[in-house]
Amino acid sequence: MRREAPQKLTDYAPLAFPAIMLVVFFVIPFGTMISVSFFQRQQGGFYTPAFVFSNYERFLSLFFANVLGFSLMLAVLVAICCVVIGVPFTYLLTRLTRRAQIIWMVALLSVLSLSEVIIGFAWSTLFSRTAGITNLLVALGLMEKAVALSPGFPAVLTAMVYQALPYTILVLYPALVRLDPTLTEAARTLGASPLRAFFTVVVPALRATILATLIMVFIFALGSYLLPQILGRPQHWTLSVLITDQAIYQSNMPFAAAMAVFLVLVTLAMVALTLFAGRKRESAA
Amino acid sequence: MRKILNSSISRRAMLGGTAAAIGALSMPSILRAQDRSLKVGVYGGYFKDSFDKNIFPDFTAATGIAVESIAEPTGEAWLVQLEQAARAGVAPADVSMMSQVAMLKGQSTELWAPIDTARIGNYDDLLPQFVNKYPDGRVAGIGAVAWYITLVSNTDAYPEAPESWASLWDPANADKLGLLALVSNSFLLEVTAKTFMGGTDALDTEEGLNKAFEKLAEVKPNVRLWYRDEAQFEQALKSGEIPMGQYYHDVTGLAAADGHPVRSTFPKEGGIQDSGCWALSRASDKVEEAHVFIDYMSQPEIQAALSRKVGTAPTLKRDLLDLTAEEFASVSSDIVPIIPRYDLYQTKSDWLNQKWTELIVG
Repeated sequence: MRREAPQKLTDYAPLAFPAIMLVVFFVIPFGTMISVSFFQRQQGGFYTPAFVFSNYERFLSLFFANVLGFSLMLAVLVAICCVVIGVPFTYLLTRLTRRAQIIWMVALLSVLSLSEVIIGFAWSTLFSRTAGITNLLVALGLMEKAVALSPGFPAVLTAMVYQALPYTILVLYPALVRLDPTLTEAARTLGASPLRAFFTVVVPALRATILATLIMVFIFALGSYLLPQILGRPQHWTLSVLITDQAIYQSNMPFAAAMAVFLVLVTLAMVALTLFAGRKRESAA
Repeated sequence: MRKILNSSISRRAMLGGTAAAIGALSMPSILRAQDRSLKVGVYGGYFKDSFDKNIFPDFTAATGIAVESIAEPTGEAWLVQLEQAARAGVAPADVSMMSQVAMLKGQSTELWAPIDTARIGNYDDLLPQFVNKYPDGRVAGIGAVAWYITLVSNTDAYPEAPESWASLWDPANADKLGLLALVSNSFLLEVTAKTFMGGTDALDTEEGLNKAFEKLAEVKPNVRLWYRDEAQFEQALKSGEIPMGQYYHDVTGLAAADGHPVRSTFPKEGGIQDSGCWALSRASDKVEEAHVFIDYMSQPEIQAALSRKVGTAPTLKRDLLDLTAEEFASVSSDIVPIIPRYDLYQTKSDWLNQKWTELIVG
């Protein structure tokens, strides 16, 4: 089937609906946020329309650079963990019988029905000294006495990976199901071990999918603000936590907006860089 | 009742008569209530439910003024709505329960209609911290509800109750405390000033504030959890996971009454007393009804009822109230409270917030 290029204005009509949705639900809110980020904060009051850079100036400090750096590092780490766990898991999942696959998928989707609050509180109980998993290890004789595993960085990371993993698997699944099984069979026939076949054949064939998954999980993790609060110490609070503080508790909308705009810009830059690097490698290969 | 049932009047006549009597009794008050009404903004959730159940029906019965209660969000969102509506000459609520910082912010735009103190019968019996005044002396708001944040501890982990806020600094309590995460709701600067610097007046100067921040930095190694969400700390306190910290006196008392191993202690420096005011929007045309309402709420009987049924600390002097020692202790204390320096959260809020965030995050 050959698709004809649009000839008349009405041929563009099907585009109108997504365009309107994009404008109403993305362009207008984002535009409002950008304009508020330049407004003048009235301390002890609200804000007045203006065009000032003071909100951005306040953000440009070593303190906020550290918080931003930590947030990016955390999101990257969550993305890498999710892909490292998700790719082999999904690969093995696609090898199972259809019935087993459905059961796994239902279980994974049920995790998506849990809110961030529930996930946070559940993990904080699991990581607690009084009721947590270390009590189990003590009962099994593996540990001397129960300890608290939260708050701390490993706790934050675990819960965030737990939250993002179902999405990772859902994104990877279609690509892995469609992966031609003859590729691995050929590799095995030529003498590669299953592990070697997985790393030299399956993973390279999925490079674009893996890259897309990394970016998706990265952006998803960057917006997390409840889990770092519930399971982390203050030094594990992400920029999103501080944005919430400013917007909700300090009613400093201009500064919150400026931080959010900055976060969006940095995110877009990182995504662009990743895509650029991926394309460059592809053309070199 | 039994007598009526046994009497010779037929059941039908009895029902008819009762219906007529109820009708006759209630009709006038329904009419009056329709004539006179008042929209009252109350913090949504627990406060609104308690007021709707325990306080407002009696007020309507006593005064004939119907109350339409409106759930207002905490924080400053409600102040923004009132302010913008007042500019358009509308009042989404006539009288609202407002936090002290919101009262000060509203003062800066003359949002609050001055209250005629001559019409508040118990005005002279109010504790001074419950009268919110404009700089020129006009009264902007009258205390509505008050509550305490105290030193709480797990009785299993601490068989002896701590006596002073200085316990927070005790090196023996390393990694054991749960404290509120924001400068403007933990009021720990005031606690530091009262405990170590002779009083909250020490925070008048920037030098004093810096000294308080320095002292407060020493508490950091003891803090396990800086919480925004109350449920998070309450659970950890009950289980002994985080055995000490600052928390609400009334809620801790309820948890202890339920058998949890927790206690709330008024330290010798005093508990932190936070409160909300009744304030009247300048756009409201229900000035008369609003005064009747505030006068009613400031009566000793009503303040006692609030303490018993809602769990708030009374706004009136204690000797006027018929609360038993036990009832009084469950909501308040005779120890002079630490009153937060609300003015600082208006004039220096951004500076304080930045210093605070750098202190606990850095």
